[in-house]
Amino acid sequence: MSANDLKATKKLQASFISPTPQTGPDQDHINSTEHIREHTIADEISERTFQDVSLCYQCGKCSAGCPVRYYMDIAPNKVVRLIQLGFYEDALKSDTPWLCAGCLTCSTRCPKEFDLAKFMDAVREIAIEKGVEIKQKNIIKFHKAFLDQIKSHGRAYEVGLVAEYKMKTMDLFQDVDSAPGMYFKGKLGLLPHNIKDRKGVKSIFKKTSGK
Amino acid sequence: MKIGVFICHCGENISRTVDCPRVARVCESYPGVEYAIDYKYMCSDPGQNMIRDAIREKGLDAIVVGSCSPHMHERTFRNAAVSAGINPFLVEIANLREHCSWVHDDVEAATQKAIELVRMAIEKVKRDKPLSKINVPVTKRVLVIGGGIAGIQAALDTANAGYEVVLVEKEPSIGGHMSQLSETFPTLDCSQCILTPRMVEVYQHPKIKLLTYSEVVKIEGFIGNFKATIKKKARHINEELCSGCGLCITKCPTKKKAYNSFEEDLAFRPAVYIPFPQAVPNIPVIDESVCMYYKNGKCGMCVKVCDRGAIDFDQKDTMLVADIGAIIVATGFKLYNIDKKAADSKYKGYGEYGYGKYRDVIDGLQFERIASASGPTAGEIKRPSDGKVPKKIVFIQCVGSRDDSKGISYCSKICCMYTAKHAMLYKHKVHDGEAYIFYMDIRAGGKMYEEFVRRAIEEDDVKYIRGRVSRIYEENGKYIVKGEDTIAGMPVEIDADLVVLATAMIPQENSAALARTIGIPYDKYGFFNEAHPKLRPVESTTAGVFLAGACQSPRDIPESVAMASAAACKATILLSSDTLEREPVVAKVNEDLCAGCFYCKKVCPFGAIEVKDVKDMNGIVYKEVAYINQGVCQGCGTCTATCLSKSIELAGFNNEEIFAEIAAL
Repeated sequence: MSANDLKATKKLQASFISPTPQTGPDQDHINSTEHIREHTIADEISERTFQDVSLCYQCGKCSAGCPVRYYMDIAPNKVVRLIQLGFYEDALKSDTPWLCAGCLTCSTRCPKEFDLAKFMDAVREIAIEKGVEIKQKNIIKFHKAFLDQIKSHGRAYEVGLVAEYKMKTMDLFQDVDSAPGMYFKGKLGLLPHNIKDRKGVKSIFKKTSGK
Repeated sequence: MKIGVFICHCGENISRTVDCPRVARVCESYPGVEYAIDYKYMCSDPGQNMIRDAIREKGLDAIVVGSCSPHMHERTFRNAAVSAGINPFLVEIANLREHCSWVHDDVEAATQKAIELVRMAIEKVKRDKPLSKINVPVTKRVLVIGGGIAGIQAALDTANAGYEVVLVEKEPSIGGHMSQLSETFPTLDCSQCILTPRMVEVYQHPKIKLLTYSEVVKIEGFIGNFKATIKKKARHINEELCSGCGLCITKCPTKKKAYNSFEEDLAFRPAVYIPFPQAVPNIPVIDESVCMYYKNGKCGMCVKVCDRGAIDFDQKDTMLVADIGAIIVATGFKLYNIDKKAADSKYKGYGEYGYGKYRDVIDGLQFERIASASGPTAGEIKRPSDGKVPKKIVFIQCVGSRDDSKGISYCSKICCMYTAKHAMLYKHKVHDGEAYIFYMDIRAGGKMYEEFVRRAIEEDDVKYIRGRVSRIYEENGKYIVKGEDTIAGMPVEIDADLVVLATAMIPQENSAALARTIGIPYDKYGFFNEAHPKLRPVESTTAGVFLAGACQSPRDIPESVAMASAAACKATILLSSDTLEREPVVAKVNEDLCAGCFYCKKVCPFGAIEVKDVKDMNGIVYKEVAYINQGVCQGCGTCTATCLSKSIELAGFNNEEIFAEIAAL
């Protein structure tokens, strides 16, 4: 079993087994505060992604292969570094997690088998939860519009997605010139193709997000 | 029986959590205990004197020492007992430190436990029997497996100490990987110039029997008394008759039939060949797989040109058996090489670097051959695909090593240095060229090593870029290397003419099989394990087998040579006495009870168990029983635990003693 697996297992257990309430004087030595470390954002990310952020040894192979690296304000490996060092605010405020396309090139090539795409997911989630000001507002709007389409149709509905995204951003004319070409190539179906079990998808949304 | 109990405080290590005076007081009241005392440092000189004086004055028959682990001081206390006239195996250690004081913090409970531990030892020592050391004879001959620089050094040192050496090398020539190198770090002296004189010395040494093109197929026996079976592969050349003139090689019509493995497949060789011109011995080998004579029975050109009649197509593999006292294993390494030819390898390849796909993406040893004056390009730096001089060269470190996803987590140790050397050699030969090195860390620990790397950067203007390369692809005859400079925090793209991968050192292909043949442990990669990482670095856990060089872990030349000399020294120490003393803690079979199931033979990790015939009065065999070779047995007790009929007992740990210990708890 590699270190990664081992750590993953520990984290898995840590995240699923909630700490039992301790009572009575016998438990005092366990409960004493000196043993308990602060639960940091790095710990949180480690638990959500089932992999320890300390695994990364900063070789930079992820950044070297990243197709959107040129548009990022800081390199992907540096986001991991900032989290490792505890500069959470800098990491959460960065463009990088939002520009990550989730293509998994980094995760595939990582010599330490660190799933960076999963890591970026966790950073995005935490950034939203912490209410950090995110520079790439439109990207969140796009994510939300995409999820709305999935929720209502069970699969991506391109025209609906475009319409909703444009309503959210009010940037009505962005990329409009490419619409005719896409339409004639059959990339933009006018009507949505719903899946059979749309209720099922909705219930998934309800269970996972409570909405 | 009069027993003495000695409780050590170990400074404060034990007395901090164990009430030592109380342990001594309580133990004194046990039946059989004549005398009990505690002292601050029992292992010190006054402490040992206390033991000696007590044995003499009170007339003790056996002693129990409550102290640290027996690994630490069992020998100390046994020696003290021996000097006072007690058999060393009537000394028992109760481990009050590692097993008690260090792992507990409640004084009352720890003291109780300490008392129980001592009581167990008292019950055992009551039943202990005096044992005496076993003497075994020693064969004064050393087998060295592997004829690289480590094997050569080990053979020379042992032979110069006056012992016979059998040096076995699987290739047609000794020299190993070092003979392939161009120049060596950190002095840049020519590898062949410092190696070949030693090769010749080995060949001419009267005490060394050199067996090239041979392999060890079987090792039997035990320390001081090994029996090695060596397969001498058929060269198809009579070694006695051949003068090494090389006429057969020049006249062989199969000029370009096979890849030259000495040139790392960058050149070809005929069917009859010597690996390189300085080979030792200078006797060719006929490669059956490409020789025309073996294909269609025709040709025979070599027979015609050889005026000494040395060619022998009918030669067969022969088996040699040698009696050996000690073995030095120096089988070395090979390079991690994942290309199309090695698709079944247990390691994943580097598809993203195009290794094995692009001809100009080569490994370190191939670059050594290109840079070597005796190599296929006669020392000119030319790339393999079109023979052009590369104007931009990229070196990538840590390929295969420090890479969990490809299966190797360890640092290959020598790559930082040889890559710096490669870049330097390149810059010395191609003055207008640019050399880039992608690295993760530079590990240049060693005399003049860091200075060497700085010299590459400062004097030879080699560009070091910190970051791993993500991908290499071909574009218009150039190789685009995509990396990231993690220090500057910006992406880097280099259009290189030649890419050299500093691939990891891994053990020889058959290292695990060889380890099983010899009976030594190896790690998950196939490197042989040393007996202790710090204090016994050149010994294997099997007595009489020593390790040298890169077969144990990645090593550079100075380390391999140092290890080889150390292993040779250990071997000569072993051979310097006529008989060997062995610990008498060995297993013994009760032949009346033994049912002959031989489960013990299956589980014995040292191969100590043999089949013995039991004969009746008329000399007729009526049953087979297990017999334990006392020279081989290491006293691990596995057979004792396995034996179904309970007919094996381990001296010093027999059932009666162990049960008495348990009962006392």
